[in-house]
This record gives sequence, structure tokens and C-alpha cells, in this order.
Amino acid sequence: MSAFATHFLFEFKTGIRNKTLLLMNYLFPLGFYLMMGAIMPGINPLFRDTMIPAMIVFAVLAATFLGLPDPLVNARESGVLRSYKINGVPASSILLIPGLTTGLHLAIVVLLITFTAPLLFDAAVPAHGLNFFLVMVALSLACAGLGLLIGVVSPSTRMTVLYSQVIFIPSMILGGLMLPYSMLPEAARYFAQLMPATHAMNAFNGLAMGTTADFNPWASVGILASSGLLAFGLALYLFNWDNKNSQQRGHRALALLAFLPYVLGILFLP
Amino acid sequence: MFNQVLKGVGMAQPIINVENFRKTYAAFVAVDNISFAVPPGEIFGLLGPNGAGKTTTLECLEGLRQPDSGRLTVAGFDPHKDAPKLRQVIGVQLQAAGMPEAMTPNEAMAFFCAYHQVTPRYDLLDRFGLSSKRKTQFHELSTGQQRRLALALAIAHEPQVLFLDEPTAGLDVASRTELHAVMRELRSKGTTIILATHDMAEAEQLSDRVAILLNGRIATIGTPLEITATGAGLTKVSVHTRDNLLLNSQRTFPAVAQIVQKESYALYFSRDIGQTVPALIAFVQAAQDELIDLRVERPSLEERFLELTNHQGKGA
Repeated sequence: MSAFATHFLFEFKTGIRNKTLLLMNYLFPLGFYLMMGAIMPGINPLFRDTMIPAMIVFAVLAATFLGLPDPLVNARESGVLRSYKINGVPASSILLIPGLTTGLHLAIVVLLITFTAPLLFDAAVPAHGLNFFLVMVALSLACAGLGLLIGVVSPSTRMTVLYSQVIFIPSMILGGLMLPYSMLPEAARYFAQLMPATHAMNAFNGLAMGTTADFNPWASVGILASSGLLAFGLALYLFNWDNKNSQQRGHRALALLAFLPYVLGILFLP
Repeated sequence: MFNQVLKGVGMAQPIINVENFRKTYAAFVAVDNISFAVPPGEIFGLLGPNGAGKTTTLECLEGLRQPDSGRLTVAGFDPHKDAPKLRQVIGVQLQAAGMPEAMTPNEAMAFFCAYHQVTPRYDLLDRFGLSSKRKTQFHELSTGQQRRLALALAIAHEPQVLFLDEPTAGLDVASRTELHAVMRELRSKGTTIILATHDMAEAEQLSDRVAILLNGRIATIGTPLEITATGAGLTKVSVHTRDNLLLNSQRTFPAVAQIVQKESYALYFSRDIGQTVPALIAFVQAAQDELIDLRVERPSLEERFLELTNHQGKGA
């Protein structure tokens, strides 16, 4: 088996063996989905229309922001990355493979939600399968890129939690999962557009669910994809094998460049 | 200076060259302009107290850190510039065995061998006593088992140069003996081993040559015999007789610098055992006592090391 395949298989198994990753990849999103499915349609019947995309966005946020960065920081702190370096494991594999395996775990969760939500909670089914898949890929790319970038720039596990929550909590509140973007105050809308969740919900609504988008949904897909690629590139550039090694290629603040596509979206989207 | 080092060990083509190597961390000088060379197939011991610069030297040779100045080559490669090529010819057992928590020994062997593009050596897991732990996750292994796994992984791709940083720390006697056997076997096959250790007995027993590092500089370098011979040079002569006539005796003997009593033994620290031992035997025979035990022990590497560190401490 090739090095890539061996590494991929190990990382995929780790996503289930590691209790934190199991929680963030499966238990937390699926548990939240079942809870929201049982409660929300009674409070707000319109929730059924956006239930599948909202729960998928939540699953992606949990797996990528709460699950993905921490193992990377732990690996750096405990010397795993040093072991990898001396055995010839490239930095690109260290970043790319966990991103891909997280994507595979997410695909399983997405399939579970997409196929069970209409049966269990009478949720609206996506109208355009291909667009649904495209938005899902763009969202995963954007969030996995940011999650890995957090893992790369975070100096400690404590700071990882802080950085992750800075994106996760506002995404939950302002990202259109619980409360539609159109109901947000003007100032909050600008802030919401800095979140991948907002663009994902906008794109899902406009391109996949057959409902109305609040702004250009294809622009949202473009913003998600470009920010994801930018975040991966920055993660690779800022990657550091060792906490003790003071030689870094760039300042951590460079990571903020990953939000450039979102800022451009605020400036140029009508 | 470097040419003198090469000349001193009589080597034509060393596999490791270190010339005027210096490494600092902010204001702290970890390694201060050291030079040495290691020929192929040698076990070279790097000794020194904590903070002497052993690990920094190893890490620069392994390509984990970049030297501030000087020239380092390992198997003809610059550890920093030729890192990908270097990885194929070196094996490294780090001081802290970094492995993903959920990785099993079987998976670790498959994983690292895949990156080295060699067939996994599962037989090494058996040899290092990990047969029953092949499917146990890394965080569930004992410290000794983790270190044994790290060693098995370090040699799985049959490296030309093997770096071992405190390899026997945390190992039980059986594992330690097994490791020593493996090291000798590797040496016999031509593998060069760089051994950083605190364990003087281990270094003396295994190393062809050792360098003692103190405050980032090489205090002395040579074979263990050469190093022990260059110290104060006192050889210990321990004598036990039937009637214990030597104990509490005020008698002096030629070339003896110091006399100590320990249990039923009289210990003489001699500058020249050729004079001391015959005089001792003659005295015992003349007194009609009987020699039960007489041992001559040359100074150990540990004693020489302590002598050097004490000297350095007083000089500082």
C-alpha cells in the first residue's frame, strides 16, 4: 500500500477511535440533529425547509472547527510532527490527509441526515442534487481549510479552543442555521458575511433547496471555495513542525488573509 | 583544526563530518564551535550533562534544526539542504517517542515503512518484545514499550546512520540487553551509530569512541581507554587478606596516592600499579598473612567524566 493510502487509512480510523473526534464527527452533530428535528418544527414549522442544510452546516462546523485543529496542535506539542519529519512524512500530507478523512466522515453524516430527515421529521428534500453536492464540497473545503489554519497558528490547545469558538459560536448565532439571514439587523449582516456558515446557507437555499437566496448564491460558492484554498495555502506556508523551533516563515497574523474573500464579498456583493 | 581531528582518528572517508559547528538559542550558546568526524561502522558516544549540547548536536545532524554556522554532513548530505535524501539513509530514535496516541505498533510499522518505501519489518516488533502489543494503541503502551517501538521503527529501513538519544532510558534489563545486542549486530553490518546517553557504563561498553561535551564544547574525545588514561590516572587496587593485616595499617606502599578502607578491603589508589602491587604482595607474604582477593580496576569513564565536570565547575 502506498504511503498516502496507509496514512489516509490510519487517519480515517483515528476519526472513529479518538473519542473527541468521534464526538465531533458523529455523536455531537447527529445528536444535535435529532434534538433539533424533534423540537424546532413544533416551534417554527418553516424550519423544515432549511433543516437539512442547517444540520449539515452544523455537522461541518463541529467536525472542522471543534475536531480538526486540536489533534494537529497536540501532535506538534507532543513531538509527533518531529517524528513525522525525520521519517519523511511531508507537511502537505499532514495537512491534507486529515482534511480529506474529515470530509469522508462528513459525507457519511451528510448522507445519514439527508436520507433520514425527510422520513423522521418531514424535512424538505434538496431540489438540485448536483448543486447540493457542490455547495457541500465548497463548505467542507472552506471550513476544513480554516480548521487546519487554526491548528497551524494556534500556539497551544487552550488557544485552539478560543480561536475555534471565535468562528463556531457566531456561525451558530448569525450563520442562518436557526435564524434567517434576512431577519438579522443591518450591522449584524456584515458580520454574518464573514462566516462560512452564512454563505453556505445562502448557497444551499439559492442553488439546492429551491428557495430564495439573500444574495448571489454562486458568489457564495466562489467565496467558500477560494477562502478554503487560500486557507490551505496559508496553513502550508505557516506550518511549523516544532513548538521549540523559533524559525517561522511568516507571522501568525497572516492567517487572517483567509478571510479576504469574505471581506471582498461584503464590499462587492449587492 | 578539523584536519587534525581527521588525522587523529586516521580516517579517510568519514560518514559524519562536523566542522566548526555553532548553535545558539537567543543569548544562550548551546554548541560552541565544535568539530569531529565519525567513520562508517563506528558506535560514537556523545556524553555530557543536561544542557551540554548533545541533543542540539543530534538535532542539527538529523536536520531538525539549522546550525548558526559551521559545516555538517551525514552520509555526504547536508542535513538541512538535502533533507529528503538524508531521511532515506538515517534512522532516528528521539528522546521523546512522538507517536499518535491511537496508533498501534502494527500501524506504526506499516506507516513509517510506507514513507521509507520499504517492506514493513513486523519481525522487529517480535524481537523487541512487542508481539502481544501489536494491536495496542500507543498511549496504552508502557514507557519501555514505547521506547522499544521507537527503536524498532528507527532501524526498520536499515539506515546507514542511526541516531539514538537516551535509548535505554526507561528500559528494563532484558530490553536493555536486547538493545545492546541489536546495536552490536548493526555495527557488525556497517551501520554507524551515534549514541547520546547519560549512562557512562553503557557508553564505555558499547562505544568505539566517545566525545564528552561540556557547556557546548568538546572537553575530550577518543576511545574510552584513551579518555580514561588521560585523567588523574589513579588505578584502584582492592586487597582483602585472611588476617586483615592491611586494615588499620599505617604502612605506606610505593606510588600510592590515597588509602581507603571499605568493609574488609583496603583500597589503594596507585599512580603506578607496577610498583604498588608487588610491594603489597611482598608485604602480605612477609607478614605470613594470606591473600584472599586482589583486584586492579582502572578508572572508569564515569570517574573520568566526573573529574572533567568537576574541573569545569571549578573553572567556571
